[in-house]
Amino acid sequence: MSEEVYEDPTRRDFLYVATGAFGVVGAASVAWPFIDQMNPDASALALSTTEVDISSLEPGMSMRIMWRGKPVFIRNRTEEEVAAAKDVALADLPDQDARNGKAEEATDLARSAGEGRESLIVMVGVCTHLGCIPLGVENNGGEFGGWFCPCHGSHYDTAGRIRKGPAPENLPVPPFEFLSDNVIKIG
Amino acid sequence: MSGMEHHGHYEPATGVEKWIDKRLPLPRLMYDSFVSYPVPRNLNYMYTFGGILMIMLVIQIITGIVLAMHYTANTAISFGAVEHIMRDVNYGWLIRYMHMNGASMFFIAVYLHIFRGLYYGSYKEPRELLWILGVVIFLLMMATAFMGYVLPWGQMSFWGATVITNLFSALPLVGEPIVTWLWGGFSVDNATLNRFFSLHYLLPFMILGVVILHVWALHVTGQTNPTGIEVKKKQDTLPFTPYATVKDAFALMCFFVVFGWFLFYMPNFLGHPDNYIPADPLVTPAHIVPEWYFLPFYAILRAITFDIGPIDSKLGGVIAMFGSIAVLFVLPWLDTSKVRSAKYRPIYKWFFWIFVADAVLLGWLGSKPAEQPYIIIAQMATLYYFAHFLVVLPLLGLYETPDEQPASISEAVLGKDGDAALAESKG
Repeated sequence: MSEEVYEDPTRRDFLYVATGAFGVVGAASVAWPFIDQMNPDASALALSTTEVDISSLEPGMSMRIMWRGKPVFIRNRTEEEVAAAKDVALADLPDQDARNGKAEEATDLARSAGEGRESLIVMVGVCTHLGCIPLGVENNGGEFGGWFCPCHGSHYDTAGRIRKGPAPENLPVPPFEFLSDNVIKIG
Repeated sequence: MSGMEHHGHYEPATGVEKWIDKRLPLPRLMYDSFVSYPVPRNLNYMYTFGGILMIMLVIQIITGIVLAMHYTANTAISFGAVEHIMRDVNYGWLIRYMHMNGASMFFIAVYLHIFRGLYYGSYKEPRELLWILGVVIFLLMMATAFMGYVLPWGQMSFWGATVITNLFSALPLVGEPIVTWLWGGFSVDNATLNRFFSLHYLLPFMILGVVILHVWALHVTGQTNPTGIEVKKKQDTLPFTPYATVKDAFALMCFFVVFGWFLFYMPNFLGHPDNYIPADPLVTPAHIVPEWYFLPFYAILRAITFDIGPIDSKLGGVIAMFGSIAVLFVLPWLDTSKVRSAKYRPIYKWFFWIFVADAVLLGWLGSKPAEQPYIIIAQMATLYYFAHFLVVLPLLGLYETPDEQPASISEAVLGKDGDAALAESKG
């Protein structure tokens, strides 16, 4: 049995601990710039608003514009499409959040451009499953007459709400405002 | 291991060799590892794919370095840069097709190598780490191939990258920030292409590093063999050179004939025509499919179309896909049978081939559109994939009665009398 001996820390012990602590803090603080350099840079962040003129959109017509490298769908819906979306009970929706950034229920009104502009719908055209671009009614809009994602078979209704398939959420409504009656600013 | 006695030893012959041997005995290491190293005398051609894979890695690195001399990673010009290689660069078409088909050949070889391991129980004690290093190499290969496929910036490049990076968005809370971080923007774009090029250049060298560990682990435990019995005495083995060297070389040349057939006669057979359309962020191709070597995992990803408790179908699919590879890491502990080779496992032998059929079926399903009846078949096949590892293998080891195994490798090869005669002649 050897007796445990406690000695006063030496100069080497002090240098060992001090060097170690200095090194760990230094490594941690240098690690962050190397991680953060992969986040969106200033030029990517600068492209965050887009203005669109929608005066040419007749009922039943859609347009697709680019916002932050992603397509945004703008559709002037027909009366039948609006009526079909209004007829759906909230309980039938897999995702009951309007996904418009306001934490509202996913009613047709909350998904649309608001009262008086209910036929207009603006949303990011990126499937909430794995990011493909859903197809509109012009070419197979799916079982609910809205949008259909060909990659993994997600069906969205005429208000862009997920109804069937693997996508977990409704197509998101981006932040937008009307600059005039016919010009929208997205972002 | 007494049976792992080397066949002869390195004797530096010349003065130069002696001088080097005293300072850096690298020739000695090579001689002991690839000349006198004892290999089981009953290795069949399924055991040649390890060597073939090493050569394929070298081919991919050489052709890749050459391609990087002519390629530019930029969304505006990458598609054109690849066409420039194909049309303008001297022999660019050959080198690019070698690299492109080389990736497919690499995966053909790795799948045969993995199934060889599954059939002969190569993952069992004491080779668990050897197996795990192999699974790590497989994962690195998949990451490398995925990023390489993005570089030509065609439609499949772009949409494949979009779908696969979006897998991470399924993670709760951290998902979206992680995807934005991976992209370096709000969609797959120039920043993404550049970092994928950088990492695609890096990863093969990481693979090389893990391959060295894989071979090191192999040379510590020694190779398995079709009987699954450990090497017990010197008659069980032969020196690596010339026996394994010539067998590996012959198999490699046969493999090159197949490689050459794809390369010169049907270089685009394994690819997808949509990747000769420049990437368009506004139009998703009607039918996105990954390269053939990812199809079984893609089928598993798409098979989960239903929520499981608090896990939604999207996260469920991602978990199932990563789980299908993660399960390989714990395979050495899931298989409860002490008998290595399927040759002496009458029931496992059947389950092995059913599993092969299941994997091929999943691959076929992965190439089909996401609609019925493919979805339901994919769900059954996915269920069976996991049941094979999590139910069949643990139970089979407990209930299966293995066939009688020979006493040694040399007895299995030469019979009892031949084995005795050989032992006598060797003294």
